Amino acid sequence: MRGGQGAARAPVLQFTNCRILRGRALLREDLWVREGRILDPEKLFFEERRVADEQRDCGGCILAPGFIDVQINGGFGVDFSQAAEDVGSGVALVAQRILSHGVTSFCPTLVTSPPEVYHKVLPQIPVKSGGPHGAGVLGVHLEGPFISREKRGAHPEAHLRSFEANAFQDVLDTYGSLDNVCIVTLAPELGRSHEVIQALTARGICVSLGHSVADLRAAEEAVQSGASFITHLFNAMLPFHHRDPGIVGLLTSDRLPPGRHIFYGMIADGMHTNPAALRIAHRAHPQGLVLVTDAVPALGLGNGRHTLGQQEVEVDGLTAYVAGTQTLSGSIAPMDVCVRHFLQATVTLGKASCCGMKTLRQPCGEAPMVRN
Amino acid sequence: MRLVILDNYDLASEWAAKYICNRIIQFKPGQDRYFTLGLPTGSTPLGCYKKLIEYHKNGDLSFKYVKTFNMDEYVGLPRNHPESYHSYMWNNFFKHIDIDPNNAHILDGNAADLQAECDAFEKKIKEAGGIDLFVGGIGPDGHIAFNEPGSSLVSRTRLKTLAMDTILANAKYFDGDLSKVPTMALTVGVGTVMDAREVMILITGAHKAFALYKAIEEGVNHMWTVSAFQQHPRTIFVCDEDATLELRVKTVKYFKDCTPIA
Repeated sequence: MRGGQGAARAPVLQFTNCRILRGRALLREDLWVREGRILDPEKLFFEERRVADEQRDCGGCILAPGFIDVQINGGFGVDFSQAAEDVGSGVALVAQRILSHGVTSFCPTLVTSPPEVYHKVLPQIPVKSGGPHGAGVLGVHLEGPFISREKRGAHPEAHLRSFEANAFQDVLDTYGSLDNVCIVTLAPELGRSHEVIQALTARGICVSLGHSVADLRAAEEAVQSGASFITHLFNAMLPFHHRDPGIVGLLTSDRLPPGRHIFYGMIADGMHTNPAALRIAHRAHPQGLVLVTDAVPALGLGNGRHTLGQQEVEVDGLTAYVAGTQTLSGSIAPMDVCVRHFLQATVTLGKASCCGMKTLRQPCGEAPMVRN
Repeated sequence: MRLVILDNYDLASEWAAKYICNRIIQFKPGQDRYFTLGLPTGSTPLGCYKKLIEYHKNGDLSFKYVKTFNMDEYVGLPRNHPESYHSYMWNNFFKHIDIDPNNAHILDGNAADLQAECDAFEKKIKEAGGIDLFVGGIGPDGHIAFNEPGSSLVSRTRLKTLAMDTILANAKYFDGDLSKVPTMALTVGVGTVMDAREVMILITGAHKAFALYKAIEEGVNHMWTVSAFQQHPRTIFVCDEDATLELRVKTVKYFKDCTPIA
């Protein structure tokens, strides 16, 4: 406990008539808080001999930890991949607006962009604690440019790159500084990916596999080199095949390093993944499932044309396409909508909350688990 | 002695809870006048605690001016261990009611000086003016609290080594691993409970029937320590039908006829 005498005298708040998430289950329990930290009420009772100073009736609602969104490209007109002069205020705006979706920590995501964009933008997105002003920034997620041409999805072909020549040095040259980065999505079939994966994980950066045509073997080798996450499972990768499950096969692979298991992002917006596919993934490997929004700048805006990275995007209702094509271009469903879709698809509420707020201790290093 | 026989566990729990509730209300506790209650743990009183919590939540019963003294606690088990009696009381009772934490007394099985802790407990009871109503249970071997067979009938709060029977009975709460079950406990003595102005013993289930028989139909005997309460001026035994299975029909009929079930 921090503080001392002062902290002990601070008022104790007891949330009653609520359901809380503990041990991966929803329990009918009160939640006790003092100065923004969750208390053990039994300890408070027997050691400090105190009761609550204030009680708040939650009306039977669920009191859940804030959601963590590890893949969000922007929102409310803000595009993290745009080389603006004041990226910081864009990030702050999104941070503030996603609070109402239940998200209290996020990884601003940059899609495939030219090096100038990374060099300009990355230094402007520092890791930052959240609070009433907005969700916390855990670190930047760099999705691309070291991805597969064939599975680039909405990423601009012109800016794809490889690290065949100088491996990790190519990575550094492209991105500039990696100080504020916490996740990198790459395609492991690219030459020298193992050196790159090892170098990135040595720096505490989570390596995620995505936008790739890798077969299961290549994916397993990548995990053995240190990769620990899959970017939007099923999307932008080879489909599951019974003789070569591809990246999807990592969910049930027996070739992963002992004690490690793979985490995988899923977009449960009702568009990117069929509910049956969601269920297959969930049933195969429930502990690894992480709900992400992969939200685009059009999140929170109306129908029409908007910018994503170096391309134009068309929004129509709950769907966003690369303008003039049928290629999905990210999602515009907020996180709480994703949680609800996931719940409907799998009928497991406690687990849905768990997946939205996945502990990132493994992939991301120091992600805070709970924010009040 | 009164012997109150209810048809089943739920009715017995309810009767006991109502009795406690009425005692507290009739006492009219207040700022300078606390009602002191002795409390047990184990599976038998769970139903009674649930009912008391219900009366509290309905607004019929407040524990604001009630002081409680638990019977026992394991030695060497961390206070926040799920099987400690502190955890039991918090989860099954204290967290649901409005008792002042300063008035909820449980022996500390991790105290540096265990005998001093026991002596201090006796002192606290004295300072509180003695116990108005001590609620207890009975073990299959006839023990009250952890006063195992052979305990002195005039004993006070002290450290006791648990009988193998008790350890075996408790193993189910420690994943069936005998090595994890505590072997010692601090417990109020038979004498300590005898000092209470009124005693209520809850006994339910066929597995307690023999102990009940030994406690009330045979003589006072330190091998069945609950029998000591034959010599207490005000004791009630509350039980279900199954607990009476080893009693004489004559005993059961007598008490059923003379006890109006409220």
